[in-house]
Amino acid sequence: MRSKQLELFVGLFVVLGFISLAYLAIQVSGLRTIGNNNTYQIQARFDDIGGLTERAKVSVAGVTVGEVDNIVLDKELYMALVTVNIHSDVTTIPTDSAAAILTNGLLGEKYIGISIGAEEEYLKNGDELYDTQSALVLENLISQFLFESTSGDNE
Amino acid sequence: MSNNFVDIQNMSFYRGDRAIYKDISIQIPKGKITAIMGPSGTGKTTLLRLIGGQLKPDSGDIFLDGKNVPYLSRKDLYLVRKKIGMLFQSGALFTDINVFDNVAFPLREHTDFSEEIIKDIVLMKLQSVGLRGAAQLMPSELSGGMARRAALARAFALDPELVMYDEPFAGQDPISKGVVVALIKRLNESVGMTSVLVSHDVSDSLSIADYVYILSGGNVVAKGTSEEIRQSNDERVIQFLGGLPDGPVPFHFDAADYQLDMNMHVNDGGRLK
Amino acid sequence: MKSIQYIGSASLAWLASFGRGGLFLFQVMFHKPKSLSSVFSLLFKQIYSVGVLSLVIIIVSGLFIGMVLALQGYTILAQFGSEQAVGQLLALTLLRELGPVVTALLFAGRACSALTAEIGLMKATEQLSSLEMMGVDPYRRIIAPRFIAGLICLPILSIVFSAVGILGGEFVAVGWLGIHGGSFWSLMQQSVFFSTDVVNGIIKAFCFAIATTWIAVFQGYECEPTSEGIGRATTRTVVLGSLSILALDFILTAAMFGDF
Repeated sequence: MRSKQLELFVGLFVVLGFISLAYLAIQVSGLRTIGNNNTYQIQARFDDIGGLTERAKVSVAGVTVGEVDNIVLDKELYMALVTVNIHSDVTTIPTDSAAAILTNGLLGEKYIGISIGAEEEYLKNGDELYDTQSALVLENLISQFLFESTSGDNE
Repeated sequence: MSNNFVDIQNMSFYRGDRAIYKDISIQIPKGKITAIMGPSGTGKTTLLRLIGGQLKPDSGDIFLDGKNVPYLSRKDLYLVRKKIGMLFQSGALFTDINVFDNVAFPLREHTDFSEEIIKDIVLMKLQSVGLRGAAQLMPSELSGGMARRAALARAFALDPELVMYDEPFAGQDPISKGVVVALIKRLNESVGMTSVLVSHDVSDSLSIADYVYILSGGNVVAKGTSEEIRQSNDERVIQFLGGLPDGPVPFHFDAADYQLDMNMHVNDGGRLK
Repeated sequence: MKSIQYIGSASLAWLASFGRGGLFLFQVMFHKPKSLSSVFSLLFKQIYSVGVLSLVIIIVSGLFIGMVLALQGYTILAQFGSEQAVGQLLALTLLRELGPVVTALLFAGRACSALTAEIGLMKATEQLSSLEMMGVDPYRRIIAPRFIAGLICLPILSIVFSAVGILGGEFVAVGWLGIHGGSFWSLMQQSVFFSTDVVNGIIKAFCFAIATTWIAVFQGYECEPTSEGIGRATTRTVVLGSLSILALDFILTAAMFGDF
């Protein structure tokens, strides 16, 4: 019957929509299965976060192990207090590891790279990383360079 | 309970500044065929729309089976409309469904009848207009006359108490016209339906109408039984019935003096003076 | 003097029609359906004619636009040595902007003009009047199914457009221009966030759907029941629909991707 055929086509249409959506989700945006609600939180204070934003990645040896959850100003120390979510299956980050704000590529976005320390104690939920390195701010670099080069000339 | 199915009292309706109807009163008696006639442009179709509640009058009352139509809520209006059927000038069949579904439409919408019963009713209605064999055709496959008959079947699918016909005889060949005339008369007699037909076809309307109204210029110019109208002495009635080209409805559209117009000069720029 | 008067009366008329349109939208959205099954049967028919029949033009357009984007993007990015980023460019442009906008524009031209013409013709042949006189709500039977179908179909079409575009772009970039497939996809995946890019694109498409379908249905309902009237209404649907898509796009983009 004509209406059966119609319903078939409409059904196919909707299915096509879902397939496309799934394709976009998985292949295009790399949506992984969302089992990563298991995270624990670490904090770190930086002098200057540069252009670090929330949801920026956090990596160890270049492998993404978490993301930035929250950035606020610590009003007593006037430093940036960054809260980071780390995946629960990464449990072996030593407590003396260093966190640095690095740039992805030459003009890319900022992310946090953690260099592993030597301690045998590992980070737990709520711990803080004390060894931090702020972002390289381009203007400071340039003025530093100019200053050094001019003072160098004067000698 | 009056004897009139439709009672229009002191109704006025304006389109912009133009008065289509000025304070008119019309009574449509129950169980009879009433013809409303008049020259084209007097707004006869508008009157049917006013009765059906599609348009609201600027003042006055329109009583339909005792209910004052302009003041009804949307819900009540739809309930009242179930009691009336309307045959539009063009038939207005739904072009995306076939004849059977068209006639079944009001039944499916307004009743809970099973498909079995609906099928029987539809076939009965189609039989009475002579189109039972055409039930599976699409409206685009029907001739004009057949389309109108199908629309007629649809109009009284629910056995309404009032049926309104908008120019049922317009543009039909004599045979189709005869069919429509016979159908209107037969429906009226067999079921005691009240019928209102709007037309400017004098002979056909007068032949079946019990009661006649002649409208012109937004007013009722004459009313009475068809006999009374035929013997009227009113100029306007005589002009209308006789089809005389000139009379109270003038032949000439308002224009300046003829002599002056003919003596015009063609000015520079080609403008007529 | 007269032209000022004209501007005044035209603005008032425009405002009035906008008001009517708003009331119309309200009535369409809040009419009472007769029963769930009747809603579905009417709706399915409309989804077929509005959505399924638009698939061909959407898929073909998506394919070509994806391919052109990849081609153009490659040419420009190669100047900076960043051809690898063409995947990112392709995906983000399609998902955020071109997918919803171009689909909506095509939709306004094809499906919406058909809607206006159909409803206008129903008005001209007195089918709408006869529905009313039969005590059937034309909003329920004619207008609402078409409106809802538009709301459902445009987001779906937009998703299909983006997906097909990316496929087309991949074919050009990886298959033809020789970009490494692995980096193409991984860079793209790194920069495309489902919850912002894909979902926002869908939200945009939904907003466009409301605007264009509303305009289409309203113009059809309001048009003069003559052949020129229908023609004018159809043109107005396409023009107004397209302009509102572009205007809405700016507002939505600023709201979603701007940094407020």
